[in-house]
Amino acid sequence: MASKGIKDKVAIIGMGCTKFGELWDKSPADMLIDSAYEAIADAGIEPKDIDAYWYGTMATNISGLSVSIPLKSQYKPVSRLENMCATGSEAFRNACYAVASGAYDIAMAVGVEKLKDSGISGLDIRGILSGNDGADINITAPAGFSFIAPAYFKKYGLDPKQGKEVLARIAWKNHKNGALNPKAQFRREVPMENIMKSPMIAAPLGIMDCSGVADGSAAAIIVRAEDAKKFRSDPVYVKALTCITGPGHSGMYQDYDFTTNKETCYAAIDAYQQAGVTNPREQISMAEVHDCFTPTELILYEDLQFSERGKGWVDAMNGFFDLDGKLPVNPDGGLKSFGHPIGASGLRMLYEMYKQLQGKADKRQLENPKLGLTHNLGGLPWQSVAFVSIVGKELD
Amino acid sequence: MVGIVAYGAYVPYNRMDRKRIKEALGIPAAPGEKAVAGFDEDSVSMAAMAALDCINGIKPGEIDAVYLATTSTPYKEKQSATTIAMAIDAGSNVRTADFTNSLRAGSTAILAAIDAAKAGAKSVLVTTADCRMGAPQGALEQVLGDGAAAFVIGSDGVVANVVDTYSVSKEFIDNWRDNNDTFIRPWEERFTVAEGYNKIVMEAVKGIAKKTGLTPGDFAKIILYSLNPRHQMALAAAMGFQPAQIQDSLYMTVGSAGTANAPMMLAGALEEAKPGDKLLFVTYGDGSDAIIFEVTEAISSFKPVRGLKKHIESKASTMTYGTYLKLRNLVTIDKSRQVERLSPYVPAMFRNYKQNLSLYGTKCKVCGTPQYPRQRVCVNCQAKDQMEDYRFAGKKGKIATYTLDFLAPSDVPPTVLGAIDFEGGGRMICEISDCDPAALEIGMEVEMSFRRLYKVGSFSTYFWKARPIR
Repeated sequence: MASKGIKDKVAIIGMGCTKFGELWDKSPADMLIDSAYEAIADAGIEPKDIDAYWYGTMATNISGLSVSIPLKSQYKPVSRLENMCATGSEAFRNACYAVASGAYDIAMAVGVEKLKDSGISGLDIRGILSGNDGADINITAPAGFSFIAPAYFKKYGLDPKQGKEVLARIAWKNHKNGALNPKAQFRREVPMENIMKSPMIAAPLGIMDCSGVADGSAAAIIVRAEDAKKFRSDPVYVKALTCITGPGHSGMYQDYDFTTNKETCYAAIDAYQQAGVTNPREQISMAEVHDCFTPTELILYEDLQFSERGKGWVDAMNGFFDLDGKLPVNPDGGLKSFGHPIGASGLRMLYEMYKQLQGKADKRQLENPKLGLTHNLGGLPWQSVAFVSIVGKELD
Repeated sequence: MVGIVAYGAYVPYNRMDRKRIKEALGIPAAPGEKAVAGFDEDSVSMAAMAALDCINGIKPGEIDAVYLATTSTPYKEKQSATTIAMAIDAGSNVRTADFTNSLRAGSTAILAAIDAAKAGAKSVLVTTADCRMGAPQGALEQVLGDGAAAFVIGSDGVVANVVDTYSVSKEFIDNWRDNNDTFIRPWEERFTVAEGYNKIVMEAVKGIAKKTGLTPGDFAKIILYSLNPRHQMALAAAMGFQPAQIQDSLYMTVGSAGTANAPMMLAGALEEAKPGDKLLFVTYGDGSDAIIFEVTEAISSFKPVRGLKKHIESKASTMTYGTYLKLRNLVTIDKSRQVERLSPYVPAMFRNYKQNLSLYGTKCKVCGTPQYPRQRVCVNCQAKDQMEDYRFAGKKGKIATYTLDFLAPSDVPPTVLGAIDFEGGGRMICEISDCDPAALEIGMEVEMSFRRLYKVGSFSTYFWKARPIR
């Protein structure tokens, strides 16, 4: 296998994350300054100590100048990158590689997205997504992911009502977790009944099956693993990083049945191999996964090998992924509670893993977690980019 | 002998009961229902669908010419027959023409095709469609409907010979639209029927009778253009035809589809015709054309894919007047929180016409995998540039999964979307049209249908959608 990974070569020594939500009074620069300075303070360093930056945003500003000008970084390299919903995670992955290579001592990954200003639900990326040949398909993200629901229900014998209940159970769990998180956009538990009766967005998905739209920013500071303890006693080590980008096969070839995300399956295999994880269901302590829509989280349980094929829904209903379950998924409340500012989400997920591993997750704190996993899925179930990271509190 | 080699028709799936007009506007309504082109249909897409219905068993590459007759083209400058030629995959070595601006354009195109066939053209495809609007609360709103018909005119395998033709041209105004009119402007009916329809049609029918020596009793059917069946029946009776001889005007089921009205009736008559039947086909508009056809023994060996009758029977009659207003852009919809679609780039359209209008994907010559959209590197075996063209139009498919998108910008949500698996391989993710959302299920059989995808900026763009088999 050509993917060797950089297990235990780099560590996170500082992180920052803004509150996510309708931040009408914050510009993208404001959010970026807030998350970056929280990370800098957390790491106990000075802004001038940072050697290079990786900036993740899907559609909020272009170029590294969007970082260097607000932060007044002094003539340092800033790369701007985009990889759909994995954008924030990709900023992190590339910063990690730069440090692991020895090119820099200290790097920052920072992600920002300003979604609410436009006044529309989602992103205005006309002309970027399509060939603009007059035949672009009129499909929204919830519709694309709702393709999973009827296919999964039929394959595993769930009637529509049962299926809807499984999906609602996922949303219910994430909101329950989010209610405990002061940085979440939505901080209320939502009764199952309200979730199941919410207005239809992309049948069978109601609005409560969809993640919200939010503004936000998050940042991480990365150093070589051997240097980490110079900065703090409880750094978090990077065990695996991958981002699998699919060839579009699933949208063109009939063997794909819309009950899985192949890119995530491959990303999981790659990440577990890098980290030396052989039994994810037992070895992964907790995960932040891309719950953009409830059916997405459902199939991710299986694609990430937390559940057997066709059994993800059973585990979900049995509370296996609840905060007090065996493998808590989205302990911070997930995209469901935070909303999804594209460039920031991946780093926000990592922020929760980092805090949990340090024992600083307050009311959400899990008992002595060892390994945390983050996952992003960008695109549509049949053509996507899938990111997986695994981080841990100890060097192997 | 030259004549009709093939025929077909198209009627939009959606119908509005005329009672809905009464309910909405509080005015008396006529009985019956009218066919209403969907949000994704116009005269070009309907004519293309009629063409595909018609050319059953005929190789598109053998068609020498494609004509479109309509008074409702999307462009004043830019031909529409070329779009139809692309939809049926006629190739580029084909003569195309739009016949427009007259309700008689359908017969004008048929006559031009007859002339071309007599001059040696092997097969000329004539399509005709209309989608015209009468202003709300007017009489025309009730009587008009949308639809299309198509014929192949040629000399091999003729199902109805052309016996003779007779044309009358008259400067006469009854209904008209100027370049900026949305709605038809009608002059007072008592004048236009008495001095126009009755006298001009009579002149053409008398003319052809005199030329051929045939009398009303010689005809199995008279296929007479009809805006209103009351006037049509009275005129036919005045010319000596019995009620049983008068081909149904489609008033109760479709409404009068302008240029396509008499041609649709002709397609309907051919579906029921017996060898030896003589059919008198008479159009009206700025004059009148009369054509006598004689049905041949070959009539039993040709069938359209679906034909007029089945198209009429396959329908949903649930349309409300509110939906009708939306489909015709007669109400302003709140789009303040929608992102407006970008006007397409012409070079991007140009590059993809073969894919988007003719529905060509590719098939890998190494592993045999059909794929859509068109690929250069095979999605299955990764062979580079080993592709041949593969046309998905006409292939049946099954729904692999589906959704109803209430969020996608649409005047008539939800947008129904599905993953379609084709017989013979290949998958396409596209819209599903003309369906009852409650009836959708995985495994449902669908067929591909040519549609007006977007009207954006000043462009009408066309593409294919799946729909449950009608």
